[in-house]
Amino acid sequence: MRFEVATSVADAVRLLAAEPGTARVLAGGTDVLVQLRSGMVEPALVVDIKRIAGMRDIVAEAGGFRIGAAVSGAELGEHAGVRAMWPGVVEAMELIGSTQVQGRATLAGNLCNASPAADSVPAMVAAEAVARVAGPDGERDVPVAAIPSGPGRTTLARGEFITSIFLPARPARSSDAYLRFIPRTEMDIAVCSAGVSLTLGADGTCTAARVALGAVAPTVVLVPEAGAALVGTTLGTEALDALAAACAAAAKPIDDKRGTVAFRKKVAGVLARRATIIAAERARAEA
Amino acid sequence: MSRIHVNTTVNGDAVDFLCEPDETLLDALRNRLGLTGSKEGCGTGDCGACSVTLDGRLVCSCLVLAAEAEGRAVGTIEGMAEGEALHPLQQKFIEHAALQCGVCTPGILVAAKALLEKNPDPTETEVRYWLAGNLCRCTGYDKIIRAVMDTAADLRRA
Repeated sequence: MRFEVATSVADAVRLLAAEPGTARVLAGGTDVLVQLRSGMVEPALVVDIKRIAGMRDIVAEAGGFRIGAAVSGAELGEHAGVRAMWPGVVEAMELIGSTQVQGRATLAGNLCNASPAADSVPAMVAAEAVARVAGPDGERDVPVAAIPSGPGRTTLARGEFITSIFLPARPARSSDAYLRFIPRTEMDIAVCSAGVSLTLGADGTCTAARVALGAVAPTVVLVPEAGAALVGTTLGTEALDALAAACAAAAKPIDDKRGTVAFRKKVAGVLARRATIIAAERARAEA
Repeated sequence: MSRIHVNTTVNGDAVDFLCEPDETLLDALRNRLGLTGSKEGCGTGDCGACSVTLDGRLVCSCLVLAAEAEGRAVGTIEGMAEGEALHPLQQKFIEHAALQCGVCTPGILVAAKALLEKNPDPTETEVRYWLAGNLCRCTGYDKIIRAVMDTAADLRRA
């Protein structure tokens, strides 16, 4: 294995594209190092991107925030601006692993690890976050939802890597929330999870909503029917019932040691309902 | 594999070592630098026995490549006491008997110190969540939590 420290985005792309064998991008390393040490992957090349300018920065941009690919969960959580605008994304990221893992783990890494149970991903999909991808053909912006293609697989091509995640601007009375079910209180992987981002009108009517579910399909899934069930309502019982039904219908989970199909379908709706209530409370408090 | 020459700072001292590209910081600390206070429990970032600080941030040294330490500041359990004088947390751990076999203790002390530097007045719940990534199979945790809370109270009075 070769270890290279990239000095620029172009340098990293050149290194990654020139490697004929398996290459891995190293930011926080909380997944890469585990895979490396267990022998799950035996990369010929590891490229550390942390020393590239901007990778560890959170920058205000177009009313939203651009979060460098090497910004850790701890750094994200300490950023008052992102916390205020996207509390659901921050709380999702902060649920990953321990304090020690938070010191290194990143949004971009959680996304590229492509686990269906990745905590930050449903929140980012609900937030309509956009990944900036650098590669041999230049830069492209890709919706976060389009990055994972299956468990452990992404749509990134050889030589490509994510340089930042963009969280867009929000209208007034907007907020988000993320909830997961785990049988413990900490240090576990989601059995099922839900991210909800919504906007309320001045009269309290929901004017926009996006709902995404984790651990109920090969990738995190956006559930447009669940968002549609909320829009135009004041988020009463009927709307929340319709939301939960849409989530249960959209969930296509598997039975495994952490949960059954029936349990996950039910809990998907329960979590989406509760996350909606939290996001709405936050949106009202914001006004 | 060609070895990598790393210049770094450990507990305030400039050090350098040669390491393999896939060597962890934990292995370099233990095997290259003779700092065997940090332990390997799981090797997957679950147990926290290898906890160190990297540029002041609490991390698992088993999940850091040694080569990543280039130009950074590493803090380990060996840097906690000042000569013969134990750090207040170390003293309290002894008073409360907050350890038995001791394998998790260095990691827990490093993690608890990082907590008290960030939050001098943590609630019990905050201490428990902060230390959730430090597993102890002996104590049942209560004595550890009490030792940390007691240290925090003492340091606030100091």
